[in-house]
Amino acid sequence: MADVTWLWFLKQKKNKMSNQFYIQDWVKIKNGEIFNSGKLIFESTEKELNLFLKECYEFLEIKYPKFHKMDGLSKLGILGSEIIFRKNKPTKDTALVISNNASSLETDKQFQESTKTFASPALFVYTLPNIVLGEISIKYKLQSENAFFISEDFNAGLLKDYSESLLSSEKTSRVLCGWLDLQNGEYDVFLCLVSKEKNIPFSEESLKKLYCAENDKPTHRT
Amino acid sequence: MTNLHTELKESIIEQLNLEDMEPADISNDEPLFGDGLGLDSIDALELIVLLEKDYGIKLTDPAQGKEIFVSINQMAQFIEENRTK
Repeated sequence: MADVTWLWFLKQKKNKMSNQFYIQDWVKIKNGEIFNSGKLIFESTEKELNLFLKECYEFLEIKYPKFHKMDGLSKLGILGSEIIFRKNKPTKDTALVISNNASSLETDKQFQESTKTFASPALFVYTLPNIVLGEISIKYKLQSENAFFISEDFNAGLLKDYSESLLSSEKTSRVLCGWLDLQNGEYDVFLCLVSKEKNIPFSEESLKKLYCAENDKPTHRT
Repeated sequence: MTNLHTELKESIIEQLNLEDMEPADISNDEPLFGDGLGLDSIDALELIVLLEKDYGIKLTDPAQGKEIFVSINQMAQFIEENRTK
């Protein structure tokens, strides 16, 4: 009986160890600055969103003409994921779990404005927040699980639970998760790559800590 | 090259956000879709809007676009024959 208990204990311990995930890399884009794993890699004084996004595109030397056709939210998603994926080549099953507060409101408003004269099909196709997940999947050839949540504030618990569930059930080996918000020209991007590769333990606390790390004034409560 | 050809190229670049392109990069007989400029189905819808907005041409049958948006030459000819403004 003691042996059975010991075996059970070892199995539990092994499961617990194998289910430990880590934040392998992360990126933060806010207030004209880009941080990668805590290090400032780009800063700009440009206040106009599209010009700032173009500066980032040029800084990262991305060659992807479709980028220019995207809405602001998708451009931010591509920029953030490019920084992470160029260092950590994504696997086909890399899942995407992203959330924000404003949904696609910025583009929704632009589209509504266009309907006063000629409704723009190019704007219409971006009037859903999860389109950014499609854009990221197309660019990096992902065929994976993805989810986009709208929540009032940065919800570390939700991101952690959902990502961990995908990883633990072996639906994926890596998850790109985080916060991707754009409203009234103000952007707040925090994306992190979670996997079994050892680095910062993946927990609600570490997500909160990293999200707040470079934010003097977070736009949303945590 | 007529003024209309140049105007069309400038409008297409602006309307379709072809950021890295100049009018001189688009040849008059180059295919706009597929291997040429590489436009997609959403771009086709934007071109339909462009025809209406800039030249007062309303396409009643979207399938017409296939014949019109073959190249800049084809578009210019169609506009000259059908423009109302």
